Amino acid sequence: MAVVEVRDLKRTYRTTTGVFRRRAMDVEAVRGVSFEIGQGELFGLLGPNGAGKTTTIKMLITLLIPTSGTAQVLGYDVVAEAREVRRRIGYVFGGDRGLYERLSAYDNLRYFAELYAVPPRDQKKRIAELLELVGLSGRERERVEGYSRGMRQRLHIARGLLHDPMVVFLDEPTIGVDPVGARELRAMIASLTDAGKTVLLTTHYMFEADDLCDRIAVINKGTIVAEGTPGDLKAIVADRTVIEIETFGVSEDTIERVRAADGVTSVSIEEREQAQVLLVQSPAGTELTQSLLSLLDGTSVGRVAAREPTLEDAYVALVGEA
Amino acid sequence: MRNIRLVLVGLRLQVKMLSRSSFNGILGILYPLFFATVAFFVFQAGAKDALPFAALGAAVMGIWSATSTSAGSAMQRERWHGTLELLVAAPSPFSLVMLPMTIAMSALGLYSMGATLLWGRVLFGIHVTVEHPLLFVLAVVVTVISIGLFGFLMAVSFVRYRASWALGNLFEYPVWLICGFLVTVDHFPEWVQKIAWTLAPYWGMNAIREAATGGTPLPDAGMCAALGLVYLSFGIAISDAMLNAARKRATLALT
Repeated sequence: MAVVEVRDLKRTYRTTTGVFRRRAMDVEAVRGVSFEIGQGELFGLLGPNGAGKTTTIKMLITLLIPTSGTAQVLGYDVVAEAREVRRRIGYVFGGDRGLYERLSAYDNLRYFAELYAVPPRDQKKRIAELLELVGLSGRERERVEGYSRGMRQRLHIARGLLHDPMVVFLDEPTIGVDPVGARELRAMIASLTDAGKTVLLTTHYMFEADDLCDRIAVINKGTIVAEGTPGDLKAIVADRTVIEIETFGVSEDTIERVRAADGVTSVSIEEREQAQVLLVQSPAGTELTQSLLSLLDGTSVGRVAAREPTLEDAYVALVGEA
Repeated sequence: MRNIRLVLVGLRLQVKMLSRSSFNGILGILYPLFFATVAFFVFQAGAKDALPFAALGAAVMGIWSATSTSAGSAMQRERWHGTLELLVAAPSPFSLVMLPMTIAMSALGLYSMGATLLWGRVLFGIHVTVEHPLLFVLAVVVTVISIGLFGFLMAVSFVRYRASWALGNLFEYPVWLICGFLVTVDHFPEWVQKIAWTLAPYWGMNAIREAATGGTPLPDAGMCAALGLVYLSFGIAISDAMLNAARKRATLALT
């Protein structure tokens, strides 16, 4: 039986514009999403900003009521049986917010332990265990306002696990965390499934999804455009080659010219310090390097290399071409 | 038992948080004194005999202001810190999560009561004699709790609005006026008096004055307590509906 079962889930937001003549406008954030997550699975929801990841997760954790469709967590309906769902899930989001800054980490955990009905006799032990797990032992009496981003994020994870939930929803948990801290968090996330928990993770970072997820759904403009194991998704672009061209100060017009060139399937840009690296995808076996370099005439070009596609290239292909 | 524990833990947390904000602390100390000073100057100029009346009124004004503005701002603060969503996502009844917030605020309003009376005595020479000290304490306690419960009802009702802080401020001054804090309600049209009857601060104010002047405060204190219970029951009854409205309209988060 699926632990999380989502069927044709939709969510529309109503926004208004204008001051005197207000006009209502409906924005479809999620347009009929369906997927299932099995017991002990780490399922990734990948997508660009505004794709509908957080809206989907918020419907599953009962913070938003879907416009239509159904979702069940552990067999409980997220609308009709919201309290039953809440008892059994943990929710962790990324960023600075979601903590009482003026209180210590211990006080924060104590309060949420109470909110999640952790028995009073177990609270002290459970909090100590979690502080140890997230590496905050010895710092628990300090106020959260003095914590670094990484420490806050670890505290978020401890908060989300207080009641030992069976399903954990992680919404961009490593966002803004330094590389070492992010690596530690990823190890912590991986250990959740080792402990038998089911995890839904949303992230922007492809390597993170590739590293952690058993299965991934790519969501774009409110719909799922692909779903499968990281290997399945990579296979989508297996018949392609990626040419990386390091440029300095490349103009938008030039990028558009490259995008329109014969044989080019997609183009994305990655900022690396002073350089803009063009990632040009094309069908395998197509020799494009010379023609691309001629299109970049007048632009300062550095290193040029061809390589096999990665999950990130698959993502770019799915999101960029949708 | 668990619910009582939840409320007490929440109360402890709220008091801890309030006590750790020096900026809010200074404002909390100064605001009631400003209001009291204005009221004392006005009465000193035109109605010196009524200064004790004004002193008690200004004292309750402080409790009310602390509760009404903070009921809205507490919700806003939770929203701003991103904790409102976490409170809602927890399985505990939302009403029990909100209750300690407003009770803590109105209990802090007790400070403004003491400070206002002391300020009036030291700077303006206003001596408020209390004929029935025990009944006076009872009336104050009932008033503080009932105002806290009114704040609770406001906070629960405001959860679906992102501009909840503004709604809290909106109620502050009208209640000053129509609950007889500084002007007796006899001066207002009858329909305004009828509105005042539904407000616990009106009855609480009467009870406190009755206790101070040696009257019969219990009927007013009883009305005040009864209205407090009505606010509590109504707040609990509507909290799920208000929360569902917020979940439908996606207003639990700032964006």
